Amino acid sequence: GAGQDVGRSCILVSIAGKNVMLDCGMHMGYNDDRRFPDFSYITQNGRLTDFLDCVIISHFHLDHCGALPYFSEMVGYDGPIYMTHPTKAICPILLEDYRKITVDKKGETNFFTSQMIKDCMKKVVAVHLHQTVQVDEELEIKAYYAGHVLGAAMFQIKVGCESVVYTGDYNMTPDRHLGAAWIDKCRPDLLITESTYATTIRDSKRCRERDFLKKVHETVERGGKVLIPVFALGRAQELCILLETFWERMNLKAPIYFSTGLTEKANHYYKLFITWTNQKIRKTFVQRNMFEFKHIKAFDRAFADNPGPMVVFATPGMLHAGQSLQIFRKWAGNEKNMVIMPGYCVQGTVGHKILSGQRKLEMEGRQILEVKMQVEYMSFSAHADAKGIMQLIRQAEPRNVLLVHGEAKKMEFLKQKIEQEFHVNCYMPANGETTTIFTNPSIPVDISLGLLKRETAIGLLPDAKKPKLMHGTLIMKDNSFRLVSPEQALKELGLAEHQLRFTCRVHIQDPRKEHETVLRVYNHLKGVLKDYSVQHLPDGSITVESILIQATAHSEDQGTKVLLVSWTYQDEELGSYLTSLLKKGLPQSST
Amino acid sequence: FFQYCLSGHPTLPCNVLKFKSTTIMLDCGLDMTSTLNFLPLPLVQSPRLSKLPGWVLKDGSTFLDKELKECSGHVFVDSVPEFCLPETELLDLSTVDVILISNYHCMMALPYITEYTGFTGTVYATEPTVQIGRLLMEELVNSIERVPKAQSASMWKNKEVQRLLPAPLKDAVEVSMWRKCYTMPEVNAALSKIQLVGYSQKIELFGAVQVTPLSSGYALGSSNWIIQSHYEKVSYVSGSSLLTTHPQPMDQASLKNSDVLILTGLTQIPTANPDGMVGEFCSNLAMTVRNGGNVLVPCYPSGVIYDLLECLYQYIDSAGLSSVPFYFISPVANSSLEFSQIFAEWLCHNKQTKVYLPEPPFPHAELIQTNKLKHYPSIHGDFSNDFKQPCVVFTGHPSLRFGDVVHFMELWGKSSLNTVIFTEPDFSYLDALAPYQPLAMKCVYCPIDTRLNFIQVSKLLKEVQPLHVVCPEQYTQPPPTQSHRTDLMVDCQPPPMSYRRAEVLTLPYKRRYEKIEIMPELADSLVPLEIKPGISLATVSAVLHTKDNKHVLQLPPKPAQPPAGKKRKRVSDDVPECKPLKPLLSGSIPVDQFVQTLEKHGFSDVKVEDTAKGHIVLLQEAETLIQIEEDSTHIICDNDEPLRVKLRDLVLKFLQKF
Repeated sequence: GAGQDVGRSCILVSIAGKNVMLDCGMHMGYNDDRRFPDFSYITQNGRLTDFLDCVIISHFHLDHCGALPYFSEMVGYDGPIYMTHPTKAICPILLEDYRKITVDKKGETNFFTSQMIKDCMKKVVAVHLHQTVQVDEELEIKAYYAGHVLGAAMFQIKVGCESVVYTGDYNMTPDRHLGAAWIDKCRPDLLITESTYATTIRDSKRCRERDFLKKVHETVERGGKVLIPVFALGRAQELCILLETFWERMNLKAPIYFSTGLTEKANHYYKLFITWTNQKIRKTFVQRNMFEFKHIKAFDRAFADNPGPMVVFATPGMLHAGQSLQIFRKWAGNEKNMVIMPGYCVQGTVGHKILSGQRKLEMEGRQILEVKMQVEYMSFSAHADAKGIMQLIRQAEPRNVLLVHGEAKKMEFLKQKIEQEFHVNCYMPANGETTTIFTNPSIPVDISLGLLKRETAIGLLPDAKKPKLMHGTLIMKDNSFRLVSPEQALKELGLAEHQLRFTCRVHIQDPRKEHETVLRVYNHLKGVLKDYSVQHLPDGSITVESILIQATAHSEDQGTKVLLVSWTYQDEELGSYLTSLLKKGLPQSST
Repeated sequence: FFQYCLSGHPTLPCNVLKFKSTTIMLDCGLDMTSTLNFLPLPLVQSPRLSKLPGWVLKDGSTFLDKELKECSGHVFVDSVPEFCLPETELLDLSTVDVILISNYHCMMALPYITEYTGFTGTVYATEPTVQIGRLLMEELVNSIERVPKAQSASMWKNKEVQRLLPAPLKDAVEVSMWRKCYTMPEVNAALSKIQLVGYSQKIELFGAVQVTPLSSGYALGSSNWIIQSHYEKVSYVSGSSLLTTHPQPMDQASLKNSDVLILTGLTQIPTANPDGMVGEFCSNLAMTVRNGGNVLVPCYPSGVIYDLLECLYQYIDSAGLSSVPFYFISPVANSSLEFSQIFAEWLCHNKQTKVYLPEPPFPHAELIQTNKLKHYPSIHGDFSNDFKQPCVVFTGHPSLRFGDVVHFMELWGKSSLNTVIFTEPDFSYLDALAPYQPLAMKCVYCPIDTRLNFIQVSKLLKEVQPLHVVCPEQYTQPPPTQSHRTDLMVDCQPPPMSYRRAEVLTLPYKRRYEKIEIMPELADSLVPLEIKPGISLATVSAVLHTKDNKHVLQLPPKPAQPPAGKKRKRVSDDVPECKPLKPLLSGSIPVDQFVQTLEKHGFSDVKVEDTAKGHIVLLQEAETLIQIEEDSTHIICDNDEPLRVKLRDLVLKFLQKF
């Protein structure tokens, strides 16, 4: 899911033999089979538990976790499911809400039950931010702050030196209640990023907020009613804080209501998980908890018919069902009223229809609803815009990028931009498509400290600019790789060294006495081999490094001396060079 | 690998570890037992304290009578209380790269270290540790600063003078190092150097060392630390608990396979069972209140108080105490109670589950809501209006030397109806009470120390099996007052290495390996050879690059091609530049096969002679002699390079290269 589409996020990643499923969402635009991901892509007949090493849920929005009970309890998965603490706390409540709407209101059967939600949540393991969770010996995951909703996280999945980062939904600009997404320069092989606002560069947040407040204020002033469809958790709290402070400042009296019993509970979560909100809220929470609202009260169904202005936050956010849709139907006919859509609407929902300009809606029972109220769209979704996505890529420095959770056309544009700016491959597979990415990992081995020290000591010489070659033997045994000095390798394997030595007879025309010849040879070598240690030993022999040169008289020819040049195979180059040098004879000496 | 021991207090440790190329400070505890030598700081003028007689030397000299006062046979310094800092002379503390904090009690000396030693590094601690540590510091600064004391005594510290004083002043150590309390700006500056970390977060230091905090089960956010490279692992265990109180349980499994385990912060009351103590606490409290007396509980503003409040929450109704007011007085009381409710992720499983409902994890929220527990920043203001007796007061400081507790001691000390119950184990209750003697009020000692006892330690050590244990010297012998209790010491094999203040230990481990990465291009070029079943070898010649303590091996650069139109060669041009080292050889040469090979390659006059150790192969025409022995071969020939190279290659065919 989420391939060139927004909805039912569900991505399968195979990395170094491990299979990880990222998110398990539902699609708000469908009521048939297409509302859930097609898990038969994972395996046709085997058990999902055998195939998947773990499941990761990025945040509590239903398009990221809505299919989880279906997946784990109805299709069947018993492995670990990872999510952050706030997600673990809130996700079952939204799932239950979703179940109620689907089963109790729409009367669907063959849907997951309350018990299934509970059983599913038992498989959840909660993770802390930045905690490295060892799923098994090789597979580790780590959560980063994503700033999209309370508890939203990006996840790094790592096996050996290969890694993938999945962003889930994220927001790169801090808002009134959440901080900005952050990740370190972790250089993943692949970054899977959402791209909801792939082509949008949003104007500054302050402008958007001012616009929003102005519109709400104007409508209320002329006695109109404002409907703001929201999801119970997330943007709702953000907009509540915004309106609360505005009402306080302007001393406004028009009532603000928040629908559904969920809300108070929702605000309670924000209070208990205040460490997940932004710095300012955390700092001042002892004195004033931002989630205790003075002006915002619980909504009762009967209030919708009250005369006079009011502002109502109602769920759900896309006007596809529930209370927000009920109020919308009541208020739609009056041009004094206004509906403000603060977030993205999936195709097929009433929200999407009115945003695309439709003013005559066919409701259940062929009834036609004429929309006279003003329709406004204000992007308050906490998604990164194009600028934010680029910024995240810059932060993480991935080697490849894969776009999900967006519309194909917009992705195409962003893909080009990413490839141009970062010179990395960018992919945007559709649902059901597989993208293969090749990695080129370096291989970690254990190097013996002796060998390393010997080499780094050489590296510290003044001439360190020249690349120094290091020589070692790599021992590969039961998946362990150790790099040791050749001597140690021999020793460990219980093998003796076989010494290969060469001794070459070099004939030199020189009538002088042996020791004089030796002296001439010594001076000659000393002059040529400036960087080498050339020594004249008391016993009359010469050494060049570890190569030994001795002179004897020729048995038959007094005018010829025989130089015996002796070296081991390890000095092959130098030995061979010396013999050829000496073969050319000695230079005419001035003495 | 060295350990510098800067504190002699086993539960308020301060050690510095030199590990690989990094200098890591483990905790910086502040020894506050020094304050017991001082007179209490009363919030309200105390006639009793101000009338105490000055101390007179045996010889009648009175030059110290302004600085020292006598109370019931004990001598106290009449001055602003001072603290005993960690050793600052043992090593240059400006070289410390990082400070790892294990729990909020062990960071109280932080401002002294970060603000006075030239420290420029980073401090790592969990979020609850920082938040609650800040509260403890705030309370400390507040309770000392709000009682300005004109006098600052220093004469008694003179070594010559100190010798003349009665115990314990005479024996107080390092008095010249004792310091007054820091200020809030210093606290803020120190805390701003902290970077927040979560449990099991791997933090890289300079590419050389990785440190990881683990849950230690003792307090909110309390941690043990793993300090490791690829090959060495040091576990730092400080203030851990296996009891189920409010914090997340201790992570023991991650301590396995340590080369060295540094063990500090064990229980200070190894003979007391915390559960029993809580029971005694409740029953003493109930008895006093029923008899119309007041109960004073000197305590820290965070920690055990949460557990005590939870016990009381379950106990008060059944004990018929529902109408008795509970007061919690501290400048940080409100913050402490609020903060305790927002650290769901750091709590034990039961409390976490409550948050998921969502309900506050600690029941003191309900005690506050129902007005059973009231909190005040100090005895001044609202409290004096609301104050009703009999009541129970929780307030600090447990040393009884400063804070609101001093007022209640003065107020309630004269009546035997009242009770002071000591629950914090950091101070000897008799010493704490000394400047208040003679006292009529009842004193009950119920120390609650949930940290590991010696039985748990020996179990833990058996479980995690460290190669070496390092601990303060106090843990290697029975407590001085119970010298027969040989069970009250750390018992392990090999015996623990002990340390004392101002000592430097050399830690016993030897590194043999380091991690290095082979770049993919180089890996592709390697040719592994199976030497024995399951063991393959490949010789590696590569270029070593080292950056940020990480080592990488790359393919050597291709030799530069000599320019085409090279004119004249000078002799020295030919001198080999860097010696490409030849591999080592191994194996032996079967003479018969070797001779066959020679013949195959056109040598027709091969003759073989046996020698004592092997054979000599003669090539008569070429005047060449090849000595072959078990592990050596010697080719002696004329200076005929093509011949020598040919023979060399034939010999090499029979040998393995390393």
